[in-house]
Amino acid sequence: MKVGVIVFPGSNCDEDAVAAFRDQFGCETVKLWHKDNDLQACDLIFLPGGFSYGDYLRSGAIARFSPIMQNVIDFAAKGGLVWGVCNGFQILCESQLLPGALLHNDHQKFNCKNVFIKANTTESLITSNLTVNTALQIPIAHGEGRYYCDEANLLKLKSNNQILFTYCDANGNETDGSNPNGSLQNIAGICNEKRNVFGMMPHPERAVDTELYNTDGRGLFQSLLASFELV
Amino acid sequence: MKFKAEIDVMPHAALLDPQGKAVSNSMPNIGLPSIHDVRIGKHISMELTADDDAAAHEMVETACKKLLANLIMESYSFTVKAV
Repeated sequence: MKVGVIVFPGSNCDEDAVAAFRDQFGCETVKLWHKDNDLQACDLIFLPGGFSYGDYLRSGAIARFSPIMQNVIDFAAKGGLVWGVCNGFQILCESQLLPGALLHNDHQKFNCKNVFIKANTTESLITSNLTVNTALQIPIAHGEGRYYCDEANLLKLKSNNQILFTYCDANGNETDGSNPNGSLQNIAGICNEKRNVFGMMPHPERAVDTELYNTDGRGLFQSLLASFELV
Repeated sequence: MKFKAEIDVMPHAALLDPQGKAVSNSMPNIGLPSIHDVRIGKHISMELTADDDAAAHEMVETACKKLLANLIMESYSFTVKAV
């Protein structure tokens, strides 16, 4: 699998993503500059975390109109795989590649800590090898991660099984106390209806290296690579 | 013709506005406990060139819909005046 990690001005998790895909999982990985109009025949486009354009106006709002995003939108429309983490998730929502929006955390603080999330379904490329309802410890680092969508979209997300991850406690229970930002129904990650665009606030790419003593994020990458082989 | 637009972008009333809530809660600290329900949005001003008033309005409307406001979480209103 060839992976393209997009670099926007203000991206700061692009190196983490490259280290995960290239060094941990042996994928051919290239960085793609946001002003370019070439996805370099990548199989997966990864939108990393950070503060694109300084989070001016709204997180992801200005990055959504970077030149490369039109290529990403066209790529996704043809079924290409796109994965956004943190600021990448915000950009995907602003681009309307994913439904909903990410609002300021309900407590107005920047959250930087390990939390627990669980996969709600194995019916997606990034959750196919995970065990449903089993807690994974994954870092979060965001000020605007409160997932919100209207009721009609929430119903769609549920009926189409698009809610991939929810915040939970260490035992896999979705509780108010385990919701770090006030997200609607503890939602931490979703996919689009066609299941080729994925977005999540937690950072699995920061939890793949044994030297960091947390490898709970590896399962997402293993799922992706295993299911990609089968596609 | 030159125009000046004044735009307000506000979070939807139904959504929790943590900034507004924090400011609301601080009102008693400055001796004004009767102030409540503070909501915080953005005020954006801009200058533009357009053929006429209608074209200026349309341009600002497009800017609001495409970039300045996210209609999932915000609403907008604006005025446009020739300068």
